[in-house]
Amino acid sequence: MRGLLQILKEVAARPSGAMGLSLVLLHILVALASPWIVPYDFKAISAIDILTPPDAKHWFGTDQMGRDVLTRTLLGGREALLVTVIATPLAVFWGGLLGIYLGLAGGRRDDIIMRVVDAFLSLPWILKMLLLIVTFGNGIHVLIPTLAFFYGIPVIRIARAAAHTVVARDYVLAARARGEKRITIIRRELLPNVLDALMVEGAMRWSWMLLAFSSLSFLGFGVSPPTPDWGLMVADSRTFLPLAPWAGLFPIVFLSSLIIGINMLADALAKTLGVDRAQKAPI
Amino acid sequence: MPCSAFAKHAMFKLLLRRILLGGLTVGIVSLIIFGAVEMLPGDACTALLKQDAQGETLRLCREELGLDRSASVRYLDWIAGAVKGDFGLTAHRNKKVSELVGDRVKNSVLLGALALVLGVPLAFALGITAALKRDRWLDLTVSSIAIAAMTIPEFVSATLLILVFSGWLGWLPGIVTASANAPVSAFFPEIILPVVVLSMVMTAHILRTVRSSMLEVLDSDYVRMATLKGVPYRRMIVRHVLPNALLPAINVVALTVAWLLGGVVVIETVFNYPGLGRLMVSAISDRDLGLVQAIALIVSTVYVLVNLSADILSLLANPRLRTSLARGG
Repeated sequence: MRGLLQILKEVAARPSGAMGLSLVLLHILVALASPWIVPYDFKAISAIDILTPPDAKHWFGTDQMGRDVLTRTLLGGREALLVTVIATPLAVFWGGLLGIYLGLAGGRRDDIIMRVVDAFLSLPWILKMLLLIVTFGNGIHVLIPTLAFFYGIPVIRIARAAAHTVVARDYVLAARARGEKRITIIRRELLPNVLDALMVEGAMRWSWMLLAFSSLSFLGFGVSPPTPDWGLMVADSRTFLPLAPWAGLFPIVFLSSLIIGINMLADALAKTLGVDRAQKAPI
Repeated sequence: MPCSAFAKHAMFKLLLRRILLGGLTVGIVSLIIFGAVEMLPGDACTALLKQDAQGETLRLCREELGLDRSASVRYLDWIAGAVKGDFGLTAHRNKKVSELVGDRVKNSVLLGALALVLGVPLAFALGITAALKRDRWLDLTVSSIAIAAMTIPEFVSATLLILVFSGWLGWLPGIVTASANAPVSAFFPEIILPVVVLSMVMTAHILRTVRSSMLEVLDSDYVRMATLKGVPYRRMIVRHVLPNALLPAINVVALTVAWLLGGVVVIETVFNYPGLGRLMVSAISDRDLGLVQAIALIVSTVYVLVNLSADILSLLANPRLRTSLARGG
């Protein structure tokens, strides 16, 4: 198995990988540094500078409350990135482990859990998310476990399928014949072989999660105002978008570039690792 | 090859198994939905009475609505009603859920059907072309546009399209003003932009699958064999490649349709479209639990049905799958 650094190097050697990697890194950098580099206070409203077009004072213009759009756009991805960067590995971890376990164990337990997985997948993601959010609130302490839980469920399927392809191989049979414990077989034989598929899956999940998170914010169920967030900014700017497109377009450009960056990265990762990035619906 | 009685029997058993599994999934979903709503704080009475929900009033209300019965009795009652299409009254007790949902289902089906009619042929045409022109500029352009279309959130593409076609050009209305029970004709031309956004996402998904499925077949041994044998290119594509490549796409179309049920929520909200998705969002904000349960059950049943039909269809259409599954169970 190649080291993580080696994989990253190979990903960066592909044009789409280099592009994706730099977009994602740039966004992470901005998210980390933005509190110190933004020119204005993101809450500072102004009665005079309402919906002013971009100029030397406000590079990205101002919004309907006279707030600086540049400031809010730079800060607007922090919550989304924080939540998804924590929730994605969690989702891949629990979904991956359970999937590998089921792929190895099979039997009745596998049948029952897969039926429940199917049932969960047949409910639209937005319904599941909204139900939990209206019950427990929309703080990040709710959003992270919620996203990690629901986005782990499709990972179960992927990991189980990936495990199935190796479970019948001779080296797994040999390990079983040696009388290795199940946990050892998972750790030593299955995990290294399934890891590639899981990494690609993780990158994809990250992008779907960002999509879900910003859609929730857009619908008013995600980040609460006045915290700046791209989805929320687009929602707020919609009514006067033809008059003041800058208030919505800049957050749109930032959000889209991040999501496209992640997808390019996922694509390059899939090609590097030789995983077939089959296009499935992002349930 | 004539089907033997044994193969027919095995086939029948296989179909029956699929149908039973689908039914089981819907059953589990109904349990999940009922259980989840059960766990939410508050019930129909607290929603109805608001601050008066205490003491004797609350007890009487619960008695009247049958909420004092045990959860299992209420679950069975709910299922019995759902089978007959009766989901009780809305939280404000002034309308039947089935009536409210009926119009919305019709509108969402209209939106989805138009998007399918527009998107599926386009997706197949573009996917096939991209695969045949693999790695040339046409393929690269189509593929990158597809990635952008399927990864950018629906609310972003919807907002951009509204800005351009409604705000700047003024060609199309950017918002739907027709009421939920309006006749189909009232939705034109307002429905055009929502349909375009919806079919954009869908087209991208199906296109990608068609393309990769085509490439897989194009790389297969039997296609190479046909080429070496001197089968004319056009004939090879039509007779050997397309039938084998397009079959797996049936399942993806089904999955995409099912996924649309979720994505449609955002689109309906953006365009103020009176469909099931927007009703769901408002039901959740209003905490109208009975309505939420009904919508969730309807949506997941549709999902299971669509997938089941795709399974059966591809089973019937694909002789290889048919026999291998009949043999292996």
